[in-house]
Amino acid sequence: MELLSGGEMIARFLKDEGVEYIYGYPGGAALHIYDALHRQSDVKHVLVRHEQAATHMADGYARATGKPGVVLVTSGPGATNTVTGIATAFMDSIPMVVICGQVMSYLIGEDAFQETDMIGVSRPIVKHSFSVKHPSEIPLILKKAFHIASTGRPGPVVVDIPKDMTMPNEKFEYSFPESVSLRSYTPPTKGHSGQIKKAVDLLLAAKRPMIYAGGGVIMGGASEQLTKLAKELGYPVTNTLMGLGGYSATDDQSVGMLGMHGSYEANQAMHHSDLILAIGARFDDRVTNDPDKFCPSAKIIHVDIDPASISKTIRADVPIVGPVIQVLEEMMGLIDDAPARTNQDAIASWWKQINEWRQVHGGRYDTAGDKIKPQAAVEACWRATNGDAYVASDVGQHQMFTAQYYKFSKPYRWINSGGLGTMGFGLPAAMGVKMNFPEETVVCVTGEGSIQMNIQELSTCLQYGIPVKILCLNNGSLGMVRQWQDMNYEGRHSNSYMDSLPEFKTLMDAYRHKYVEIRTKDELDAKMEEAFAMTDQLVFINCYVDPEEHVYPMQVPRGSMRDMFLSKTERT
Amino acid sequence: MRHIISVLMENEPGALSRVVGLFSQRNFNIETLNVAPTDDPTLSRLTLTTFGSDQVVEQITKQLNKLIDVVKLVDLTEGQHIEREMMLVKVRASGAQRAEVKRTVDIFRGNIVDMTPSIYTIQIVGESDKLDGFLHALSGMHILEVVRTGVSGIARGEKTLSL
Repeated sequence: MELLSGGEMIARFLKDEGVEYIYGYPGGAALHIYDALHRQSDVKHVLVRHEQAATHMADGYARATGKPGVVLVTSGPGATNTVTGIATAFMDSIPMVVICGQVMSYLIGEDAFQETDMIGVSRPIVKHSFSVKHPSEIPLILKKAFHIASTGRPGPVVVDIPKDMTMPNEKFEYSFPESVSLRSYTPPTKGHSGQIKKAVDLLLAAKRPMIYAGGGVIMGGASEQLTKLAKELGYPVTNTLMGLGGYSATDDQSVGMLGMHGSYEANQAMHHSDLILAIGARFDDRVTNDPDKFCPSAKIIHVDIDPASISKTIRADVPIVGPVIQVLEEMMGLIDDAPARTNQDAIASWWKQINEWRQVHGGRYDTAGDKIKPQAAVEACWRATNGDAYVASDVGQHQMFTAQYYKFSKPYRWINSGGLGTMGFGLPAAMGVKMNFPEETVVCVTGEGSIQMNIQELSTCLQYGIPVKILCLNNGSLGMVRQWQDMNYEGRHSNSYMDSLPEFKTLMDAYRHKYVEIRTKDELDAKMEEAFAMTDQLVFINCYVDPEEHVYPMQVPRGSMRDMFLSKTERT
Repeated sequence: MRHIISVLMENEPGALSRVVGLFSQRNFNIETLNVAPTDDPTLSRLTLTTFGSDQVVEQITKQLNKLIDVVKLVDLTEGQHIEREMMLVKVRASGAQRAEVKRTVDIFRGNIVDMTPSIYTIQIVGESDKLDGFLHALSGMHILEVVRTGVSGIARGEKTLSL
């Protein structure tokens, strides 16, 4: 058996686990590990400019592939700088392994230089965490970390490694653990057949059914199964913000996104439905609006791999705990064998009703005036990328406009911080995607507020040649904050305006990236195409958009799903 | 409603903080809590009492089960069970009070486990209500210190919480 130091074991394990890139930043407690990485070439380390960006890069990779992203940082500030990124991944159930250096084990608790109790700090935002007590434990602990991060409901796992666990001269036997079993962790592998049968009976008898599909469909690799089931049944499908692309937005049966900024038809259809099939979704408060007024006549079938997600906010009538892919397949089998359906007339009139709702708002926005509407900019981006790009987004109005107007037709393409709403997520997430899919178009849709939260990563893009496209919907203000201030604070724009934005052109020059500016409607498509044609360059597209624009529809606070503002002057 | 949740978990550093942290993180309450290793040294048993609606308690048990360190758990209040709590009470008692305290301890089937000419230290074991009752019975006395272990419990009959 091979003898390796703790640091070498980490590098070697990552290779054996099939990890190509890790993202991180060195520092004292991690130096033995960094030295071990330097002496091999299988695992490539990407040096970011701030540890938060390392977590978002790993996260972007994970969202685009379904595989865990890996982060390596030092103790103390290195570790605490990852906290926002870990919380982002936790809220959206993204697999991630964060390896943190730690001070020497004999110094722990003595307030040593760069000591932070990272296990304690990260506890509420990790799926699990490990502290290494002996170098020989490293392979098995890392295996457990990857296993826990990527199975069941995925999530981030922190591995805290004191510096003396990685001493170069202390070598121990290494072997790659091919498998791992944990007596206290057995994620479900199969939904309850009786429940699935019950669900199918309800589905086949429903008169006003809705399929409500979340991020679990994407992370569970079940888009194809969902599509098959929806097609077979002929029922309308709505996706959550996290689930976009899980069912093609360009398909006839898609009624778009639901929830706070969901489509009129999706929210109306949910409210009036008699049966909701929720798959890999968690009835988030941004979906349900007031839970007491949620879909009053609907029975609810809830399929999720996490039992704690079921009946947490909305009581399920038929709970099904299991992997969505397996449950959907079993449902499909039962539907195939089912006798002729008797609800076809009801379904036809349900579609008639939905098609009427589609005419009410239909994603319209005011196209008058000289200013570029942000919606139009997103639509132009969709055209310029043939609707086929990987789109990472920051957080705010631009995120909602992208969710509404970039019609995702494939899973894994929409990369956004849905649960935590982390500004600064977009650029590094896009970078993580682009490094792993160099041939694909990867765009970060952002605003001039969000982009400045991790703008230092332009330097990382230069170092590694990461030609992402940054579409900055520049409205000179924190648009979503401003919208709320318009709606709820009589237009008092407290601190939502920045009057000393950098010259983005000069900034791009400084980082040797390209810059395209769009100021008028008539140049929108041409400039967008020009930017996306520079495939081997990072291009910052500074698109000046109408600062007065609001995101609509928008649910009325504490209302039911169907209570919406449809424009600045209309509400349901 | 009051629930007694008994948890078998890995006897590892950090496991307890995960359980306790979960309660504050998710806005659940803990009324009492105790924890100790079991006959299997790799496992600890933690018992806690909490108040909440059925829906809240369902969430509590699900969220506890999600913790990787938690191997198994049971809500003892769902079935027939035995619960016990121990209390040590230090009272100042002199003169005629000494006989009265002694009599009260006997009624509650407690034990005097330490004494000085002016102090009795009493041990009482039972359900929490009984402990409350004992303190109530002593309310005329000068109680110096009260310490309770929190509830521990076990299911009646064949049911066990074990691997």
